[in-house]
Amino acid sequence: MSETGTSAAVADEAALVAGLRARRPDAFETMVRVYTPRLLAVARRLVGNDEDARDVVQDAMLSAYRSIDKFEAHSRVSTWLHRIVVNAGLMKLRTRRRKPEESIEPLLPTFREDGHYRNELPAWAAASDETAERNEMQRIVREAILNLPESYREVVVLRDIEEQDTASTAAALGITPNAVKIRLHRARQALRTQLEQHLRRGRS
Amino acid sequence: MSATRMTCRDMVQFLMDYLSEELPDDTRTVFEMHVNACPDCVTYLATYRETIVLCRESFTVREQDVPVEVPEDLIQAILAAQKKIAGQA
Repeated sequence: MSETGTSAAVADEAALVAGLRARRPDAFETMVRVYTPRLLAVARRLVGNDEDARDVVQDAMLSAYRSIDKFEAHSRVSTWLHRIVVNAGLMKLRTRRRKPEESIEPLLPTFREDGHYRNELPAWAAASDETAERNEMQRIVREAILNLPESYREVVVLRDIEEQDTASTAAALGITPNAVKIRLHRARQALRTQLEQHLRRGRS
Repeated sequence: MSATRMTCRDMVQFLMDYLSEELPDDTRTVFEMHVNACPDCVTYLATYRETIVLCRESFTVREQDVPVEVPEDLIQAILAAQKKIAGQA
């Protein structure tokens, strides 16, 4: 959900922000019209379906309207909205009824007495050039991330996907920086184990 | 872990700090010595890194993922909801 290649932009962001701060309806409408398409795509990636994605974008736009006074002058509107959408998306995932969470413990590597890996470690095949195969792989990765226990999923989304640093992730989730690091490392190991099943070289 | 030797278990423990360049110099040296001599850890390190890349790629929104048309019904719903809030203020 990186923000590169943003197609939508407004000619004069400063004017837009001034209009939003003045609570002008036309400024709000401009913001909604310009940024909704891309944000909808971002939300869809995160929550996995169109209906929830629309809810997320709506929640995010209203939240942006309420909190325009917190917008910092040096940032970009697109970046600011992107972050609000990701937070709204994580909230949506939190409230969604899901199957009971499974412990990630069985997905962590285990070691012999001498400290060596208990299981063999197959190398992975190179990424496919074929679009269909890549899309399928990306779907598998998203599925694996969304199936992580919530406390791990949120850390992966903010740190590895949104590329926020440890401190701001900790602040956003209300946990210590050390807890962020521990959860991220465990989540990456668990995801690695799951992807290994699909990517081990010589797979059929 | 002794000062000069590391096991695969230790390598996995230090892996994240290694990648974020937060390991103290002496630990990093022992870490690299172990990896250089351990094909399994080379694989673990490579696939751990690949996992991070795949996570990022799988959520990247490409231009072709962005709807070309602005979904008018959604826009109208958002504008109506905002008017309601503004009316309450």
